[in-house]
Amino acid sequence: MKKQSIVCRCEDITEEDVIKAIEEGYTDLEELRKKLRIGMGPCQGRVCIQLVTKILEKKTGRKVSSIPLPTSRPPEIPVSLGTLASDEK
Amino acid sequence: MKNKAEVVIIGGGVNGCSLAYRLAKRGIDVAVIEKNYLSSGATGACGAGIRQQWSTKENAELSIESIKIFEALSKELGEDIGLRQGGYLIAIHDDKEMKQAEKNVDMQRSLGLKVDILKTNQINNIVPILDVKGMKVIGATFCPTDGHANPFKTTFAYANAARRNGAEIYTHTEVIDIKLNSKKISAVVTDKGTIQTNVVVNAAGIDSKKIAEMVKVKLPLTPFRKEIMATERLKPMFEAMVISFRDGIYFSQQEEGQIVGGIPIPEERSGYKTIPTFSFMQHMPRTLTRYAPILKHVNMLRHWTGFYDVTPDSRPILGEVKEVKGFVQCNGFSGHGFMISPMVSKILSEFIVEGEKSDILENLNLDRFKGKQIEKEMSVVG
Repeated sequence: MKKQSIVCRCEDITEEDVIKAIEEGYTDLEELRKKLRIGMGPCQGRVCIQLVTKILEKKTGRKVSSIPLPTSRPPEIPVSLGTLASDEK
Repeated sequence: MKNKAEVVIIGGGVNGCSLAYRLAKRGIDVAVIEKNYLSSGATGACGAGIRQQWSTKENAELSIESIKIFEALSKELGEDIGLRQGGYLIAIHDDKEMKQAEKNVDMQRSLGLKVDILKTNQINNIVPILDVKGMKVIGATFCPTDGHANPFKTTFAYANAARRNGAEIYTHTEVIDIKLNSKKISAVVTDKGTIQTNVVVNAAGIDSKKIAEMVKVKLPLTPFRKEIMATERLKPMFEAMVISFRDGIYFSQQEEGQIVGGIPIPEERSGYKTIPTFSFMQHMPRTLTRYAPILKHVNMLRHWTGFYDVTPDSRPILGEVKEVKGFVQCNGFSGHGFMISPMVSKILSEFIVEGEKSDILENLNLDRFKGKQIEKEMSVVG
């Protein structure tokens, strides 16, 4: 059952993938992001980052409150290039 | 933390990690100090491109040899670096650019590179979604062996291989001072301890300037904030990186399907600001949808910033400085540090291990800025 626990729905990353990466030494939230692409999909981390932070706490003993969040990047929600390119106010 | 090393590398980007790997593989006792996490600077923010089409001979040579190393790198390091060779298509907008392109292509071909000048009606054979009229081009150059690789995977793979060969990598560790003993490097002081060493490699990206100031060496580096964006994933549409020196735009479709690209904002100024701008969020989509109108239906997911550490001639500073023995530069990449990292680490490791000098090291030494005529790299984008 554990194998089926999806942590990141955008990039299809499971709990097991995250644990494996942490055990390989990727113990920084930003490193995990870059290794697994968590938080890089359409939700921009809304779903996965809290879960991954929890797993990090469990595996490394570092408190959630001491783990810095990844930088948030605009536009926060997906916006079409056509809308952004438009002159209409 | 260890208290002694033959070489201390400051900076855990792609250049620091690849050099650590090359040195450790040669049996050198090497430590890497990274103030944040691996690939946290320019490497992790970069556009991932690997290009051989340059205007200066050194850059062309460095990148041609680098591609050869990249091609064998996944196998050598035992981890996939995500290399994809879909070519670079460089837009040519007017007669002046055509003249420069012809000159560049002649030089590149003399080095054995396969590169062609395309007519406008050949452009869509390479990238079908481009609107040749909207781009306002009269042609393009195309080199099929250019491409891109994954900067994170590459850096992590180098770091893992370096560790397997005995290198120590300290992340979240900051260099506070560098100690000298009669103009020779003697130690690196960090917030976690001091390491005695005779060789320091300054591969700290935009912070290289600050590092050099610790030993009173002035580096002519200027930071430029560069912005870049990624769209949602799409099915594969094109393989080439499209760039224009006049518009400053570059974009490609990556392995996972997202389109990644950047452009300088019209009001760009040098400085250390990291915040993304609204100007980019308008300027990039406008230019991108002019080049490929179909993309107006595609969503931008995020946009971020990184730094170019720009030198007066847009070429890197490599090798030992004359003022301080054992102080080796590996910075000033001016936006193309990732793509030439394989050769940079090869040349620097040969210099550090065997004292071997080369024309490239001679031409890219810090010394070149002292009153001499410098040859500027013309083919800079982003």
